[in-house]
Amino acid sequence: MRVTRDIDSAEECAQDAFAVALSRWSTEGVPDRPGAWLTTVARRRALDVVRREAGLRRRLPLLVDAPLSAAGVEAPPEVDDDVIEDDRLRLICTCCHPALAPEAQVALTLRLLCGLTTAEVARAFLVSESTMAARITRAKQKIAVAGIPYRVPTAGELPERVAAVLDVVHLLFTTGHTAPAGQSLSRRDLAERAIDLARMLHALLPDNADVAGLFALLLLTDARRETRVGADGRLLLLEEQDRHRWDRSSIDEGVALVRVALRRRPPGRYALQAAIAAVHCEAPTWTDTDWREIVALYDILVDVWPSPVVALNRAVAIGMRDGPAAGLDALRPLEAEPQLSSYAYLPASRADFLRRLGRLAEASSAYEEALARTDNEVEREFLRARLRSLSP
Amino acid sequence: MLIYGDEAAIAKGGDELESQIMKGHMAFAESNGEKLRGGHALQSVSTATTVRSGADGALTVTDGPFAETKEALGGFYMVEAADLDEAIAIAKQVPAPHGAIEVRPVRVFD
Repeated sequence: MRVTRDIDSAEECAQDAFAVALSRWSTEGVPDRPGAWLTTVARRRALDVVRREAGLRRRLPLLVDAPLSAAGVEAPPEVDDDVIEDDRLRLICTCCHPALAPEAQVALTLRLLCGLTTAEVARAFLVSESTMAARITRAKQKIAVAGIPYRVPTAGELPERVAAVLDVVHLLFTTGHTAPAGQSLSRRDLAERAIDLARMLHALLPDNADVAGLFALLLLTDARRETRVGADGRLLLLEEQDRHRWDRSSIDEGVALVRVALRRRPPGRYALQAAIAAVHCEAPTWTDTDWREIVALYDILVDVWPSPVVALNRAVAIGMRDGPAAGLDALRPLEAEPQLSSYAYLPASRADFLRRLGRLAEASSAYEEALARTDNEVEREFLRARLRSLSP
Repeated sequence: MLIYGDEAAIAKGGDELESQIMKGHMAFAESNGEKLRGGHALQSVSTATTVRSGADGALTVTDGPFAETKEALGGFYMVEAADLDEAIAIAKQVPAPHGAIEVRPVRVFD
């Protein structure tokens, strides 16, 4: 089956690049831009495969090139790279086909396009590894057996597929922004790849408010990348970050995109999230943060996108606006949410409100609970430091 | 393509709805003739008989469909399509005013 073969070879290219990276970096150190390096390696591998399969070298319609160069985005330097760009687009469109379950679409893309391990994808989805492995296997079987085509959708079909693709890009960025496991807080390669994909989609569909919203959200979140971890490797809260080191050009680009994205009624979920990020980015200091505006945006967001994680963020914002006791009240109904039962931010938020109320014994058991729910070393160290600060 | 529909709702539509559905199928056959490999409309589930094998392997014969559902299988088309997108495009043309079309690939044994 042609589809199966192509999908598997794309998977191999991503896998190979990461495997080569790991062995090379352990002897020579991590390059300045691991993301770019990985992409290059994956491209070279993919090109080897492409050369073996002459059929794949056929140029696809110029769906990508024309809008990209029109928007002033650097065009791929070689014909071969061009083929790979198209290849990535049609792979993501196959992975995000509406005939696949939404969870399978995202999982497949993370696995096949980005080379995440099944365990990492499972953690990003808050499900067990075996559940995720079964989900991915089922999705690959459906692609092969049902004959889901492996091609770039026509310009007419593309907008329909956008919502699913955006969810994929968003989760990819979140996974890169806070890696679910390991020593380092973020995996720049994943976050950078997500931003590249968002930029490419925005160039393809400049009038799509959801694309603009997501692209803005990624830029505004990524603008804080240099300040999220201290010199000692410690996690820095928004409150502690040096706002002078936030990336002004990313913020300006993101804020301009938010304005465009919010023009649509009702605003989309990414536009609202981007608007919240913009409120943070535009506050000169932590104490200047406009929590009333942020809670108001969350109120709309919970309607547009009723997710327990959004409800958790809204509860935290209420605590910032009305004080820790109000925050605890807002968190309480979320404790029964099955989807949050392995989510570290829930007990961590509860712990923080309890600490600020001086209920130290309860705070420390909540921090312990949060520790049990994350494998990210930087996050764990943050939680341990908080725990230490509670002891007399 | 398995065509499911709510028989009660279709019956309520009377002769007018029935002739409209018939016209729909004629138009469908007309524009997809070369893709069509077969198909039939089925009589109502009130005519169905179910032969079921029990736990002891014995066969029982009962009146009615194998499962009582609001929407019942009313007919099927066998269609030749290059991929799922083409099959979906064809399925969208099948008249199913009170129901849905389930698209399933045919299993081929090597």
